[in-house]
Amino acid sequence: MKSHQITTATGANIRVHEDGDGPPLFYLHGAGGLMPDDLFFAALAQSFHVYAPMLPGYEDSDGEDGLHDMLDFVLHSFDVMYGLGLTRPLVVGHSMGGMIAAEMAAVAPNDIDRLGLIAPAGLWDDAHPIPDLFTKLPFELPALLFHDQDLGARLMTAGLDLDDPEFLKEFLIMNGRRLGTASKILFPIPERGLAERLYRIKARTVVIWGAEDQLIDPAYGPAFRDAIADATLDEIAAAGHLVTHEKPAEVIGALSPLN
Amino acid sequence: MKFTWFNLMPWPHMPDDFREKHRSVWVDIPNSLYDPEKGHEVYNTYLDQLEYAETLGYDGIGVNEHHANGYGLMPSPNLMAASLARRTSRAALVVLGNSIALYNPPVRVAEEFAMLDVISGGRLVAGFPVGTSMDTNYAYGQIPALTREKYAEAHDLIMRAWAAREPFPFNGRYTKLRYVNCWPRPVQKPYPPIFIPGGGSLETYDFCLDHDYVYCYLSFTGYKRAQALMQGYWERVAERGKDLSPYRAGFAQTICVAETDKEAEELYREHVSYFYNRCLHVYPGFADAPGYRTVKTIKSGALSQYSRASFAQIGQLSWKEIVDNRYVIAGSPATVREQMEELIKGLRVGNIFCLLHIGNMPDEKTRHSTKLFAEQVMPHLRNIWPDHADDDRFWTHPMATPVAPQPIAAAGGA
Repeated sequence: MKSHQITTATGANIRVHEDGDGPPLFYLHGAGGLMPDDLFFAALAQSFHVYAPMLPGYEDSDGEDGLHDMLDFVLHSFDVMYGLGLTRPLVVGHSMGGMIAAEMAAVAPNDIDRLGLIAPAGLWDDAHPIPDLFTKLPFELPALLFHDQDLGARLMTAGLDLDDPEFLKEFLIMNGRRLGTASKILFPIPERGLAERLYRIKARTVVIWGAEDQLIDPAYGPAFRDAIADATLDEIAAAGHLVTHEKPAEVIGALSPLN
Repeated sequence: MKFTWFNLMPWPHMPDDFREKHRSVWVDIPNSLYDPEKGHEVYNTYLDQLEYAETLGYDGIGVNEHHANGYGLMPSPNLMAASLARRTSRAALVVLGNSIALYNPPVRVAEEFAMLDVISGGRLVAGFPVGTSMDTNYAYGQIPALTREKYAEAHDLIMRAWAAREPFPFNGRYTKLRYVNCWPRPVQKPYPPIFIPGGGSLETYDFCLDHDYVYCYLSFTGYKRAQALMQGYWERVAERGKDLSPYRAGFAQTICVAETDKEAEELYREHVSYFYNRCLHVYPGFADAPGYRTVKTIKSGALSQYSRASFAQIGQLSWKEIVDNRYVIAGSPATVREQMEELIKGLRVGNIFCLLHIGNMPDEKTRHSTKLFAEQVMPHLRNIWPDHADDDRFWTHPMATPVAPQPIAAAGGA
């Protein structure tokens, strides 16, 4: 994947994956970051000029110490977006990235006019508790994240050898940095008051959900749709939380009205 | 040497099929396994044992803090210490400790520790653990990646609260108080000795040395496995140009004393097995919340002792292997003396937290082992550090003439 680094106004060095020739799309990743040769990123780049910044703690992006709460994440993401010279791009976020994208659109409703939320975090319903991602062991993740668990296992365990102590150490550092950042807005409950702010969103919004999502129940889809003034919901069959990787063409098709 | 008799206060009635039926002794262990009426006896027996230890000459009696934990029934160690303060008169009350990032506001710790120090006439040892992931992150919901920053701020607040003689404002990120005003304040000056439990975090070595706090390694895998970690600590002490007083360090060791080596196995084997098999059965997903440990520490290879499979292995080891590897120091007084000396000199520690109650050990056996250690082991180890005999910087300084609790009848004014 083509990438470069930018330095934000606060001094964070941020890795940005960038590819494609279409209209600009600002993509906010989920708690797992991007995969090596990420297939959803590649699919997006077929239709869009994709900018996918990695949050502090992901890959070689730094500046974690500057992030404490949701407002920090929102302002950081705007700093990156403006730093890339983007004006009103299509903003798309998956899972944790969807939570941040929705917060951005609520905080600055005049700066974001089109919004794609793919299985976003950020709401909590006692009837549909979201499993504790932070206690999961690597081998437990495919079942949680994928409808097609064979595909999940292939994508998530490629190159993993947790029996090798050196690899394990590197894995623990990477996992600790990534989920350490994610924990600031997702731990212990992935909710930071977004429900009280969704009414502010003016953007034309598409909410996309995998119908078999085991991490964030599809019941949250209508909740987002109903709370945002101008939103539609697309539920995609035979896909889990990583609907992005199981049904990339369908996800991009669902986003196309925003183009 | 300072010997502290320590009780983790395990629940002694976990069923034989506990491991098969439950994934963890901690965090999500159902409290249907707890029986409050049996718990009444358990608490009172454990408190009696701590008080008994004082009568045998132990320097300290120790309690600690855990939450949602089947082997540690003290969510509030300060309640236990308060109870002990009234029925003891000499031993240090070693509270190891309060997880200061969990108290809201943390000035609560300054107040409660001051209360304990005043009630006991200056016998408090104040422990400030960061807390395990199980307690701090999973049971008490603190964000892993912010736990250390919150801890550091809480520490700053507590120390300033103890030092100040006028109210002051405190503007922290996690705690904002217009009036910090610690009533009462501690007896010991400038404050009680402070012990910091650590598990190999390099930052914790430096934190202890910055403030001359006692570094405590609370391991369950014995002194042979602790060599590298403690060596790292002492190298850091030397690098920082600090003196090498052994009283800068403490170590927790499981100990079983009997009349003979053979009797030790006969008496204690099942209780050691209960501890390692059931009490230390922790789900690996709870052992180390991502972000809890710093990158620097992970790079050094210091993982949580709970994230290793070693406890499960220890539970399956033969008694001989457990004893030969010194996970447990067990045997006759002569055997225990010899191994304790090797531990103390090898790790260079002036404080031992003696885990003499183990797992589901009944009261009679606990007292047997406790008494033998006090009478036939401790006296031989007392003066193992003659060059540091006068070093009283790291222990309590009680009042010269404390009052004793009065008989209840007399208080009624008969």
